[in-house]
Amino acid sequence: MKSIINKFLILLLVILFFPIKSFGLIEVDITRGNLNPLPLAVSPLSIDEKSKKSFENLLKKKNIGEEISSIVENNLKTSGLFNPLNKDAFLQAPDIANLKPRFEDWNLIKAQALITGKVSNVDKKLRVEFRLWDVLAGKEMMALAFTTVPTNWRRVGHIISDKVYERLTGEKGYFDTRIIYVAEEGPKTKRIKKLAIMDQDGANNKFLTLGNELVLTPRFNPTSQMVTYLSYFRNLPRVYLLDIETGMQEVVGDFPGMTFAPRFSPDGKKIIMSFANDGKSDIYTMDLENRIVEKITNHPSIDTSPSYSPDGKYICFNSDRSGYQQIYVMKSDGSNVKRISFGNGIYGTPVWSPRGDLIAFTKLHKGKFYIGVMRTDGSGERLLTENFYQEAPSWSPNGRVLIFYRETKTDEKGKGFSAKLWSIDLTGYNERMVKTPTDGSDPSWSSLLSN
Amino acid sequence: MNILSIRNIDQGAIMKLNKILKNTLLVVIACFALSACATKKVSTSQMQSDVYTGTDTIEYLASGVPDRVFFATNESVLTTASRETLRKQAAWLRKNSDITIVLEGHADERGTREYNLALGERRANAAKDYLMTYGISSDRISVLSYGKERPVDSGSNPLAWSKNRRSVTVKAN
Repeated sequence: MKSIINKFLILLLVILFFPIKSFGLIEVDITRGNLNPLPLAVSPLSIDEKSKKSFENLLKKKNIGEEISSIVENNLKTSGLFNPLNKDAFLQAPDIANLKPRFEDWNLIKAQALITGKVSNVDKKLRVEFRLWDVLAGKEMMALAFTTVPTNWRRVGHIISDKVYERLTGEKGYFDTRIIYVAEEGPKTKRIKKLAIMDQDGANNKFLTLGNELVLTPRFNPTSQMVTYLSYFRNLPRVYLLDIETGMQEVVGDFPGMTFAPRFSPDGKKIIMSFANDGKSDIYTMDLENRIVEKITNHPSIDTSPSYSPDGKYICFNSDRSGYQQIYVMKSDGSNVKRISFGNGIYGTPVWSPRGDLIAFTKLHKGKFYIGVMRTDGSGERLLTENFYQEAPSWSPNGRVLIFYRETKTDEKGKGFSAKLWSIDLTGYNERMVKTPTDGSDPSWSSLLSN
Repeated sequence: MNILSIRNIDQGAIMKLNKILKNTLLVVIACFALSACATKKVSTSQMQSDVYTGTDTIEYLASGVPDRVFFATNESVLTTASRETLRKQAAWLRKNSDITIVLEGHADERGTREYNLALGERRANAAKDYLMTYGISSDRISVLSYGKERPVDSGSNPLAWSKNRRSVTVKAN
């Protein structure tokens, strides 16, 4: 991981032209469900013959320009906010379009925005430039160029997607990110679980553990280089810390029983988790530098699933101190505990949004599971999706999308079980399954890797 | 509900019928009633107010000493039957003082993963506390929660869930 980021530091972000602060250019409204995604054209990035050959040898991809633009196209389409048009209808060749698009041609196929670009091999590095055009206004909106090691080509596609998303919506993107999750296989009664990591679009899937012991609930630290998770190593369920790059693992703290439900504090310096003892579970933190352990809650009930507010001042968690599982908020020192969920049903897995204004949760009511959001005082509850079983939402770094997992019903003979990752927009629209090579659960979204 | 409606209709009809017909009808009604009871019994006789009372999944630590106790949804309270099972386990443990045990607590699949881990721990501890009141030293008992991770019945129905809400006593040595 670190080396990837170091390699990426080579990446030179050259701003060719400053984005023109413009008047009435296209904008995409992401605050409501977008039923009319913006039609846009992603022209394949043009590439000269020599560069094409060299990258074909190196990356085993016939036309790296086309590959990168299809990453962009797929990202923008998956966001639900954009409608990339069919390439067959494009009238202008990629190299000419990148120089000066004939806006009438793009207008004709109803594209409102156009992405063009060029790939070349400069001193064995991959150089990519791209431009975003407003077709109706006939203006360039943005132009950027990157130089990086060729193996980073997928990330270049994601970064272009993020830049386009940001320019058109006014908010940061979430494409240059990864998902850590639990890969699952085998019968329900003897499930084999491994930690797995992949790019947000499902590419580069990699298993991080072998499946010898049960692992659950992995979560990234803010720099997305470390993961905290629960492992049943030697049949002792404990919270662990894993360095993704080195593979080094260590147990967190020295507790005489089960620790679980870990998460990082927003500054990455602490791990917050539950410790179960004598039938009650309380919330603890451990400072990763000085190893000091603090007890945050002290109640005979089950207090678990803690999650910090992005400023680190508050913690939301779920507790059954009222008799059933409900969501509470307290100050980060454990004072001022206040229940915030009062709707029908039971509430769990609260997660504070990266924007700070919302808490996502799982709700169980009348035999159905919901993923929903509420304000941090508990008002404005909104249920986004209903299903037989689903839980554990995790926010995209821009706070616009939630990823969670869903399990299907199993029949009398034990058939029909599956666990899959799903994502949904905060608006409740754009629900889609996230493809994984095996079954999956407990997804956790990384921060933006390039920032 | 089925049985009731059948009986009502047929009581009206019976009065208008002669003796022979009446007898045959009664047999038919009896068959209906029995079959209705029989189908109902399958689902209820193994559960009492949400707690599994069957024996399908039970294994035995020794002759007459069942290895597990069952719980109601979201509960960790021991039922009368569970306490009886645990007293048998305690008696067996007193007789075999070199044996140490692990109490494995489990939850059904109808809860969030993290809460279920805590709930499994709470259930196993309920069993542990009871064994301790019957003289078993806490040194001989360790507790391990699996939450919803290791169901014994993979079905998604109330009976399967009731089998999965359990604390299982496992010999550790």
